[in-house]
Amino acid sequence: MSSLSTNQPTPSRFSRLWNSNMGYSFRRNPVAIVSLAIFLIIAIASTLAPVLAPFDPYDPAQIDIMNSEYPPMWVDGADPQFFLGTDDQGRDLWSTILYGTRLSLLIGLCAVALQAFLGISIGLVAGYVGGRIDSLLMRLADIQLSFSTLMVAIIFLAVTQAMFGSETFNQYAIYFLIAVIGVAEWPQYARTVRATVLAEKKKEYIDSARVLGFGPIRIMVRHILPNSLSPIFVISTVQVANAIISEASLSFLGLGMPPSQPSLGSLISSGFDYIFSGSWWITAIPGVVLVVLVLVINLLGDWMRDVLNPKLYKG
Amino acid sequence: MSTASQQTKPLLELKGLEKRFDLDKGFLETVKLRGGRLTRERRSVHAVNNVSLNVDRGEALCIVGESGCGKSTVARLVAGLLSPTGGEIHYDGDRIDDRSRAAMMPLRKKMQMIFQNPYASLNPRMTIQQALEEPVRHHNPQMNRGEVRDKVAEVMRSVGVDPSWSSRYPHEFSGGQRQRIAIARALTVDPEFIIADEPISALDVSIQAQVLNLMLEAKDERGLTYFFITHDLSVVEHFGTRVAVLYLGTLCELADTRTLFENPKHPYTKALLSAVPKLKDEGPSHIRLQGEIPTPINLPQGCPFQTRCAFANARCRESRPRPLLQTDGSTVACHAVEEGRLDG
Repeated sequence: MSSLSTNQPTPSRFSRLWNSNMGYSFRRNPVAIVSLAIFLIIAIASTLAPVLAPFDPYDPAQIDIMNSEYPPMWVDGADPQFFLGTDDQGRDLWSTILYGTRLSLLIGLCAVALQAFLGISIGLVAGYVGGRIDSLLMRLADIQLSFSTLMVAIIFLAVTQAMFGSETFNQYAIYFLIAVIGVAEWPQYARTVRATVLAEKKKEYIDSARVLGFGPIRIMVRHILPNSLSPIFVISTVQVANAIISEASLSFLGLGMPPSQPSLGSLISSGFDYIFSGSWWITAIPGVVLVVLVLVINLLGDWMRDVLNPKLYKG
Repeated sequence: MSTASQQTKPLLELKGLEKRFDLDKGFLETVKLRGGRLTRERRSVHAVNNVSLNVDRGEALCIVGESGCGKSTVARLVAGLLSPTGGEIHYDGDRIDDRSRAAMMPLRKKMQMIFQNPYASLNPRMTIQQALEEPVRHHNPQMNRGEVRDKVAEVMRSVGVDPSWSSRYPHEFSGGQRQRIAIARALTVDPEFIIADEPISALDVSIQAQVLNLMLEAKDERGLTYFFITHDLSVVEHFGTRVAVLYLGTLCELADTRTLFENPKHPYTKALLSAVPKLKDEGPSHIRLQGEIPTPINLPQGCPFQTRCAFANARCRESRPRPLLQTDGSTVACHAVEEGRLDG
């Protein structure tokens, strides 16, 4: 045909993203910008916890019980060494929050990765293969959904704690938490993915892939999955927030991270005993961090849902 | 059209092909309340009924008919996207309808399909290069990257798409260009037989001719055989060597294009041809069919066309006509033609 083709150098991945629809809507949405900024600050600060934190809360040698319950800087009676005060064991709260946020984020992300892996594979198979396998897998999902996540987690963690003893349990608590939160919530993914697969499977490009002789796994992974990504992104953000909340709740109930390696939830829980004796900061400050973290993730997810779903018009 | 040595064996042979789609799938759906009694009944859509035809090497067989008459179902059955309820499909002498996916693999290189809607038939998340490279790689694992790229570039040039556009995504192209790319994808595996399911009906009229000519060029250059589904009779006249007319999933008439257009025999074919708009209006020759197509769930007894046919008599209402060979080489399934009740 004509020589209209202009062969510009292919733009970089970042500039493509920046100039895409999503980038445009992001630049126009102050809530999304602020949310992403706060999220990135929290994420980077907590990842760099070993560098940023003045103390190592996991090292008993650095903890002095005599330093316990110092209030934050701006309250009378504070020790200038401890910016946000100290907790009941004399740990610097600022360092502990950094380490705790890192743990919470890690558990949240890994649990969602596990959920996504299970849910996406099950959803793809159920949607693509259909028939009896579909019915079987979806009934399994229904059964799983009829138990609340927290109930399953509490029972599972309480039983494992009793079985292995708290020593071993505390050592592997992070893996147990990831496993139980990950397994309990896979139906969210499976149902969403199955629904999009059912829609995509009817399209002609799938037929053409079948006529070209591609196998079912190749079609599922290379053709259907990339076209089902937008709803997966949206639920992933919401699920990360949910997983962080679940982890915090479980730790608060004493079934999660041990006090020696506190996540945000166990930090809140350990301060809870002192809240009426005046040391409100041990609970309040990690609580605020948790709320802000979950809120910005949810706001980002909300924005993403609006962008990726043009049918949803928000006036 | 076909060479003498291969004339004896048709490339594709459909023998009594049938396809039914069950409407009531689960057990509970089959239980119905009829006149105060619970009965079990299983309804199904009779999409294709006892269709037998041959496609010879090098020809372009066109399947025409109203919408809902089972044209696309026939195409999908031949392509192996659906499996027939009854009957057999033979390709190059071998039965193919009962093969597993692995056993179909060698055939996938020979038989390709072009789809109706170019806006849906390309994966929106793959660049043109990726979409065209994938089948080449899949079917020729021994090729290295350079050879694959050369092959893709050659095919793209042959369908008139600039290879320098290959890093673009399908949404950056127009419908006609996308259909060219879809044709290119079918040609990447060097097929000999192409099933085209209304490949131009979603395109602008000005683009239709371009794409048709492209397909004709490819036919001459690569010695392709086409199985061409369409509802556009002017395309048939331009494109097809033989025509099969379907009505309600049943074959009405099968003839050479010229024979069919000059001397249609089946009453339905006559009505169909009279509906083609002409430049010269030759008076009240337009045959108006009464009524609607019956639902393919409850097929009428006897000839499927009898509910709308002006020549139907008691025999048509009772027994189904069989396709019979006529003196001019066409095959017609009609009692009236057989008995000579139609004048002309």
